[in-house]
Amino acid sequence: MSQGPNMVVCIKQVPDSAQISVHPVTNTIMRQGVPTIINPYDLFALEAALKLRDQLGGKVTVLTMGPPMAASALRKALGHGADDAILLSDRFFAGADTLATSYALTAAINKIGAERPVDIVFTGKQTIDGDTAQVGPGIARRMGLNQLTYVSAIPSIDLEAGEISVHRRAEGGVQVLKTKLPCLITMLEATNELRRGSLPDVLRAERAEIKVWNAEAAGVEDLGKCGMKGSPTKVSKVFAPKPRAEKAKMITAEDGAPASVAAAAVETLLDADPRLLSVLTKQTTVA
Amino acid sequence: MAQAPAAPPAKGRKKTEELPEHLKAYKNVWVFVELEHGRVHPVSWELLTEGRKLADALGVDLCGVVLGPKAEGTEKAVAEAFHYSANRVYVIEDPLLAEYRNEPYTKAMTDLVNKHKPEILMLGATTLGRDLAGAVATTLQTGLTADCTELAIDDDKSLAATRPTFGGSLLCTIMTRAARPQMTTVRPRVMAMGDPDRGRTGEVVREPLDMAEESIVTKVLDFIPDSDTNQAQLAYADIVVAGGMGLQRPENIRLVVDLAQVLGAEYGCSRPLVQKGWMTADRQIGQTGKTIRPRLYIACGISGAIQHRVGSEGADQILAINMDPNAPIFDFAHHGIVGDVLELLPALTEAFRKRLAVDRMAG
Repeated sequence: MSQGPNMVVCIKQVPDSAQISVHPVTNTIMRQGVPTIINPYDLFALEAALKLRDQLGGKVTVLTMGPPMAASALRKALGHGADDAILLSDRFFAGADTLATSYALTAAINKIGAERPVDIVFTGKQTIDGDTAQVGPGIARRMGLNQLTYVSAIPSIDLEAGEISVHRRAEGGVQVLKTKLPCLITMLEATNELRRGSLPDVLRAERAEIKVWNAEAAGVEDLGKCGMKGSPTKVSKVFAPKPRAEKAKMITAEDGAPASVAAAAVETLLDADPRLLSVLTKQTTVA
Repeated sequence: MAQAPAAPPAKGRKKTEELPEHLKAYKNVWVFVELEHGRVHPVSWELLTEGRKLADALGVDLCGVVLGPKAEGTEKAVAEAFHYSANRVYVIEDPLLAEYRNEPYTKAMTDLVNKHKPEILMLGATTLGRDLAGAVATTLQTGLTADCTELAIDDDKSLAATRPTFGGSLLCTIMTRAARPQMTTVRPRVMAMGDPDRGRTGEVVREPLDMAEESIVTKVLDFIPDSDTNQAQLAYADIVVAGGMGLQRPENIRLVVDLAQVLGAEYGCSRPLVQKGWMTADRQIGQTGKTIRPRLYIACGISGAIQHRVGSEGADQILAINMDPNAPIFDFAHHGIVGDVLELLPALTEAFRKRLAVDRMAG
């Protein structure tokens, strides 16, 4: 086996929000028949790991926690070129918030690392259904991994020295960070494009055995820290947002000429937001 | 984590939702004042304004937390936290806090929480705030609710944190009844910023960091400010103009850029334009691209699919231009123009140019 990095990519199966519609009368979500996808942000994490494997060799294991149907997300990831897939699935994991999720995933990653230590754990920057961006930092903290969030590039990695440097998106700029392996990286969106799987990978994925680990198999020590029981946050209420009272107010002009409509639009916008004009004049004078 | 003592469960409420005795000492509302390179992120003042309402509802103090190097900017942040109605500010000044790094910031924050015991801790949902909040909440084994859009105090004095879920199609209210502090993050521009009272002061509590550089594994080699690059600054732009398939040809992107220039705005696009290679991915607005929250958003020839909607509907004001009067973008835009963007964009650019020139001469 190659001496390249041992990598784990955490992914999540989510409902495809592009296919979600809201019932026009009841204003509730119509979930029926909504297809599931791999959380789009996770694809950037998967590709980042595959790229490192191109360069250095090593192994990419995809890991997800979810119901048995989440195996299809793993199969898809195998089709893109991941080497191995593990589904963490157990009724004890149901209803987990981010703290309980990071606990279970940590157990599984430790188990993966028992064979050969894990060098890098990858996650997406967040999921599109939960949007919390907390599970990555949670895993890092629990495992004592150096935490690198919002990474846009991995310019260098030195396995011998056990060092990695990354570009991290910060407020108002990019931090160039250097740290030690093992580390956890949450990849920023739009930083790469996931490769199409090769034909052999796609065929292999179809037949591949997805390992399913329950809590015991994953080596979870404390079931009380899993699922709903291990979650300090509780959802007390779910409700539909108030529909916007009315649709867009249409701006028109008597003569219908673009110039007249445009002039009317400018006045409409400035009237609706009295501070807009000062923002505009300030910005454009500076520019 | 310490176990809850066996208290009789309250009526209709499970034991796991009871606040353990030792956590009842946690009091006061804290806001992390996000200081980077000598400047405070404005979301901090938005949070102090919101935190004031929560502190008043609970009858407790509102406190700021300022972490940074010993510098003028740090002292200024402390003074300003009082202006935005903090009663007390906890300060850790240490050279190790000059650049944001997870390790020293997590230690600083968790040490402060463990010593001074706040019941609520609010952070901005920025890249820094989210990086820090996730690590702190895991260390403290407490609940963290991200990207809240509404905060209120429940009748049992717990924090009711409401946030969008399912890509914004639903809202949910989340409680952390049995752990402290109750942590939340809030995105910039979600809460209103109050007017500062420049005469206000308060109590400053200083604590040491108690950490050595050698013990911090991660080093900051460089910081490349965005002004030095051509990176799009969509997320925090005040004004955004974006184009979609209605532009018809890649050369018409210029019409979007022209309007953006006159407005001092950032420009972006919908997903299909990135897929066609007409614009770079860092300018994509939507669920798999950037979420924007500008004061004004002008969407030109964008149909407004849910994927685009969730990334843009946080704008204060949306003007949509589209040929199709039934385009979904008109369901969430505030103002609409039905027409051809190729005609209307140049007209709008010209109209703004004239209007702003008049105002500048007058002002």
